[in-house]
Amino acid sequence: MADAKATSGHRSGGHAGGETRRDFLVVAANAFVGVGAAAAIWPFIHQMNPSADVLALSSTEVDISSVQAGQSITVLWRGKPVFVRHRTQAEIDAAAKDDAVSLPDPEKDAKRVKKPEWLITEGVCTHLGCVPLANKGEYNGWFCPCHGSHYDVSGRIRKGPAPKNLTIPPYAFVSDTVIRIG
Amino acid sequence: MSAKGFTNPIVKWIDYRLPVFSYLHHELHEYPTPKNLNYWWNFGSLAGIFLVIQIVSGIVLAMHYTPHTLMAFDSTEHIMRDVNYGWLIRYIHSNGASMFFLVVYIHLFRGLYFGSFKAPRELLWMIGVVIVILMMATAFMGYVLPWGQMSFWGATVITNLFSAIPVIGDPIVTWLWGGFTVDNPTLNRFFSLHYLLPFVILGIVVVHVLALHQHGSNNPIGIDIKGPQDSIPFHPYYTIKDIFGLMVFMLFFAYWVFFNPNYLGHPDNYIPANPLVTPAHIVPEWYLLPFYAILRAVPSKLGGVVLMFAALIVLFLLPWLDTSKVRSARFRPIYRQFFWLIVIDCIVLGWIGANPPEGIYIVIGRIATTYYFVHFLIIMPLVGKLERPLPLPTSISESVMKKKPGLAAAE
Repeated sequence: MADAKATSGHRSGGHAGGETRRDFLVVAANAFVGVGAAAAIWPFIHQMNPSADVLALSSTEVDISSVQAGQSITVLWRGKPVFVRHRTQAEIDAAAKDDAVSLPDPEKDAKRVKKPEWLITEGVCTHLGCVPLANKGEYNGWFCPCHGSHYDVSGRIRKGPAPKNLTIPPYAFVSDTVIRIG
Repeated sequence: MSAKGFTNPIVKWIDYRLPVFSYLHHELHEYPTPKNLNYWWNFGSLAGIFLVIQIVSGIVLAMHYTPHTLMAFDSTEHIMRDVNYGWLIRYIHSNGASMFFLVVYIHLFRGLYFGSFKAPRELLWMIGVVIVILMMATAFMGYVLPWGQMSFWGATVITNLFSAIPVIGDPIVTWLWGGFTVDNPTLNRFFSLHYLLPFVILGIVVVHVLALHQHGSNNPIGIDIKGPQDSIPFHPYYTIKDIFGLMVFMLFFAYWVFFNPNYLGHPDNYIPANPLVTPAHIVPEWYLLPFYAILRAVPSKLGGVVLMFAALIVLFLLPWLDTSKVRSARFRPIYRQFFWLIVIDCIVLGWIGANPPEGIYIVIGRIATTYYFVHFLIIMPLVGKLERPLPLPTSISESVMKKKPGLAAAE
């Protein structure tokens, strides 16, 4: 392509009508300036992304042995709250029953837990990031005081402006009583 | 005006090489100004003065403040309790922000009433809208710095607005935060930008004034200057009027600073930021409440965010949305009534923004939001076409002189 242009430019002697070697040089030079400018700007944009030390803090281990059925604890993971809820059998049944109703962000309760009695979600409202209050709201799960979103006992959005269910963070059961989040 | 008018030899010497004195004389002294400006025209220079007050008090505060999550709250209290006159300077800065917005909003509605946004002042108006938007960004970041509960959760909610953008929303929010939540990197960059943006605003204000001086001020009857009899030199007539207005406004400002310094703030911001507990009611400062109400009027996350930004963007289009050839609402009997309706509508939106989003507040908020857009997008173009304006005076001079004998007779 480059050769073709250069040759045709040579043949036409750099005169009107066709592309010339000079056109090619101008386009190539401008393209290089563009790429160079983008490469120079990138560090100044990327510096605002999470730094290495922030990324390094991205897993937390939690001992859940003392959390009784019906209780919910809040732990800090990557600077944000994570809810660890020990659900009662009644709550598990209620969540499973609601799989059938129409949900804004449909998801089966079974998909949202690894062990049905332990529900682990980020404590961050998917609307604008407030911390919802536990055991409140019309569905007895969580209620966000900021803009009035109601979540059920599976952390699913049921009513209000939030678009999505409470996010499930990556986690694993290290043992029966310890989970690692992140 | 050339250097010839100056007698001081040093001034002459400098002016010959750098015509700064000629320029100032031209723009601030002999600058021909309509002779009929009323007190609503004070608010432009007042806004400029408040920008300076904010910059000066802010630079001083930055000498004592520490932008770190562990120290920000304490250093703010250190300013309030230990720094000599720190309380005064901080109250000037925090209440000064409110005064700045009040003055700018009056300035904006002045332009709306008297048609100051119409040809040939469209760019002047649009530059002004840019300034308002930058002011909002600056004020928002400044409010985060004391690192109280409202600071933290206000920052969380507002930065989360960007997560409404499809696909790239979440990476943008992480990028804004520099982490996975509002945290120290966020506070640091907000401090940096809060220090920078006022100077950007200052630069744009200079452009705003340049654009203003191209065609001069609009005036209460909205017709152009047609000859020397229509104008008076800016100095001393308007310098003295501006200074008088400034002194009156300073009394008002002093009331807030000295007698009611926390009224416009929120008590929750005297609680240190806690990432695990959201306050029961998150409300922004009063000057952002109408936009907050629009955000919450829509039962959709993206929709609310889009509408809130649209409420600002629509202001850019006013010069073309208003189809009337007549500038001043004094001669527009129908538009004048709608003007007051939009003023009331903005106040209603502010009141809704201060209340929780439940029950009747949601309904009123939706009606007021709808009216806001209906006013600008439908009523303004239609009224301009359908309304029959009153006859305009033939000149500024005539409209001023006609009043004089009447006044004399009354005395």
